[in-house]
Amino acid sequence: MSEGQIDEALRSELQRQGVWVTSMQELYNWGRKNSIWPLQFGLACCAIEMIATAASRYDIARFGGEIFRPSPRQADLMIVAGTVTKKMAPQIVRLYNQMPDPKYVISMGACAISGGPFKQGYNVLKGIDRYIPVDVYIPGCPPRPEALLHAFMELQRKIDSQKLTGAGKAEHLDAKQPSEFPVPAFGEHDLQPPANPDVYHPPVLERQS
Amino acid sequence: MESLEQIKNRAELAARGAKIDIVVNPGPAQQSSLLIDNEHAAAVAQFLRNHPALTFDYCSNATGVDWLDRVIKKTTKVKTVVDGVEKEVDQTIEEKIPGYLEAVYHLYSMKHKHGPLIIRMRTANRTDGARLPSLTPIWRSAELQEREIFDLYGIHFEGHPDLRRILMWDEFVDHPMRKDYREPDDYEWEPTPHDDVLEKAKQHYTPRPQLDGAENVTAQPQ
Amino acid sequence: MTATIQTLEPAERPPTTMSSRLDGELLEVSMGPQHPSTHGVFRMNVALEGEIVRKLKPVFGYLHRNHEKIGENATYLSSMPYTDRLDYFCSMTNNWAYALSVEKLAGIEVPERAEYLRVILAELTRLQNHASLLGFLLSDMGAWGTPLMYAFRERENILDLFESLSGSRMMCDYMRFGGCRVDADDAWLGRAKKIVDLFPKFLDEFEELILQNEIVIARTQNVGKLSPELAINAGITGPMLRACGVNYDVRKVDGYGIYPRFKFRIPLGDHGDTYDRLMMRALEMHESVEILKQALAQIQPGPVVNPKVKLRAFRPPVGEAYGRIEGPKGELGFYLISDGGPNPYRYRVRPPSFINLTVLEDLCLGHTVADVMVILGSVDIVMGEVDR
Repeated sequence: MSEGQIDEALRSELQRQGVWVTSMQELYNWGRKNSIWPLQFGLACCAIEMIATAASRYDIARFGGEIFRPSPRQADLMIVAGTVTKKMAPQIVRLYNQMPDPKYVISMGACAISGGPFKQGYNVLKGIDRYIPVDVYIPGCPPRPEALLHAFMELQRKIDSQKLTGAGKAEHLDAKQPSEFPVPAFGEHDLQPPANPDVYHPPVLERQS
Repeated sequence: MESLEQIKNRAELAARGAKIDIVVNPGPAQQSSLLIDNEHAAAVAQFLRNHPALTFDYCSNATGVDWLDRVIKKTTKVKTVVDGVEKEVDQTIEEKIPGYLEAVYHLYSMKHKHGPLIIRMRTANRTDGARLPSLTPIWRSAELQEREIFDLYGIHFEGHPDLRRILMWDEFVDHPMRKDYREPDDYEWEPTPHDDVLEKAKQHYTPRPQLDGAENVTAQPQ
Repeated sequence: MTATIQTLEPAERPPTTMSSRLDGELLEVSMGPQHPSTHGVFRMNVALEGEIVRKLKPVFGYLHRNHEKIGENATYLSSMPYTDRLDYFCSMTNNWAYALSVEKLAGIEVPERAEYLRVILAELTRLQNHASLLGFLLSDMGAWGTPLMYAFRERENILDLFESLSGSRMMCDYMRFGGCRVDADDAWLGRAKKIVDLFPKFLDEFEELILQNEIVIARTQNVGKLSPELAINAGITGPMLRACGVNYDVRKVDGYGIYPRFKFRIPLGDHGDTYDRLMMRALEMHESVEILKQALAQIQPGPVVNPKVKLRAFRPPVGEAYGRIEGPKGELGFYLISDGGPNPYRYRVRPPSFINLTVLEDLCLGHTVADVMVILGSVDIVMGEVDR
């Protein structure tokens, strides 16, 4: 039995006796994952699907995520919903920096992942992961509300698996891990720098001719 | 609505010295336009808006067009004397049309419910000194659109109340909608390069000789 | 015994040093681009005197994703999906405006059934756009959630129709030059009829809920008045123009498509204030329902696409064309210049919500900062179209 875990047999035996046993980590993550407060922040088309997810038919409240906060100071989750332009990217990094730890990012839609259909645009940032770390990517243009709900559940799974102590503890509990990232500046042709090398690790692609 | 010739003649009478040409649209839309000289553009526009029979009180659309330098080849038969015998020989004349920037306005009349009347103005050249008179004092709907033309095409509208960049940030130096604009090379990673994008990707990525036989299109610049 | 209320005479009041010191000082506030009520990434720099707006400068470009440049580097057909993403509430009307312009450019005829389908889809789009707008506008006023939930309930029904016809909820990419991509079957038309028949019930419920509401009236009447002269000169179109009492609707003026066949009225406002703009949307929805009923009753079987049009290697003749339709937000136009090649030489969108913002400062001056959000909401902007 590893540290921080409870023997399942013992737990069910105790539960039969009316004693509920849990660990601090489980309780903490259970609370966190069921009350994620997203930042009320839409960029483009995907934002409408995000609103639809929060509205009557899809109802994100079933997952505890309906409290959209207008202020980044009160939000846990940033849903980057839509095309990130170069003019907007510094503001998004600034908003991310203003969010308190622990904070998570869902990159919703093809544009936020890679520029999507607007990739050829001179003012379009080819993916928000150039400047801030992203936890869940949702493909689609725009992704359906179900896809956003799925991403939300994936994020809950990730939160549930985060450890409070030990070597593999969660990033926000590690004082060495950065929680703020440099804001890019407007250059004469492009953003400066065009990507943050500490965050952005594009996959190495080797192509057979 | 009156025919373009009638409008042209009336406007030339009303704004003394104005030179108006009809630009024929060869397509099926048959929307021909009036090319107005820059000096008298404001007077002509004022006339078009205020004349009771025309009353083009609504400027729907204002936009810029970038025309690059063009070479038009014309082939004509010319009689020349070759070896003492007169022959007809094809001669190709290359006519060079220097590039210019153009502002196009689509006018309608809300009062008489007619339109569109298309007017255009052309700059002398494509350099940064490209200047045109602003029509914002006559139709305010051109205010934001002329700012956009200034931002994306670099036409300076003289008399515009607030000519600043509108879509790009203030530090930006280029005019991105011009045909010869080169966008920043930010395709670090392209999963499925093809055609133009493949060429661009090849130029972007430095070859990696240790990868034998691979096309060396890799994600990380050396 | 009578109670007496003691009041301080003006001379007895303590001198207020605060107000005299702050007189004439303007506070500059940047609203946006991240703001819960700016409908996207819109930004306004506002100069406030106390709570009163004295200057307002909109800042654009936070969603400038180079639609026109991409359109000039793509073939005519491959720009069609991009038009969906202009005004992402109304992909069907965007498709129509673009298809109409290309049809003008190349001289293409459209079969009758396709015209009927276009009218049906455009009016359904108008219904869902106006319904969601009213929901958003009320949540800007502080009715957070509830009206939006009602509006989105109706919107989802219409999106279901779009999805079963085109395969996508929002980005329908449905129209083609010379017709529509796929035909609608009878079952689809039956479902559309059912939704259209039930829609007035929602409208009545919604209007009862909000349009006589005291707070709505207090927040909107006499707020953000626009004069008809300024509206015409500034190129305002759509419900915002008609709220000032100017009778100008492209459906009537141009009679594009088959609109002259339908009987419908153009609602007009008297005051040009925010309340009139709100009412315009509600009344237009009633008229759209009327058009839909007529179109669904009249539609006949037939081809939905002109077989002569070759979409793959499409090269329109040299020339230019400007085509426009009455979109839910105003006059949506496309200006295309063809040089005979597969790509347009110039591809320009005339965005109604961008040009409607020309008068935003005039509307907001002298009102409180809380009214700015309501006025902006009543303009009905979508940033995808404003910045393109």
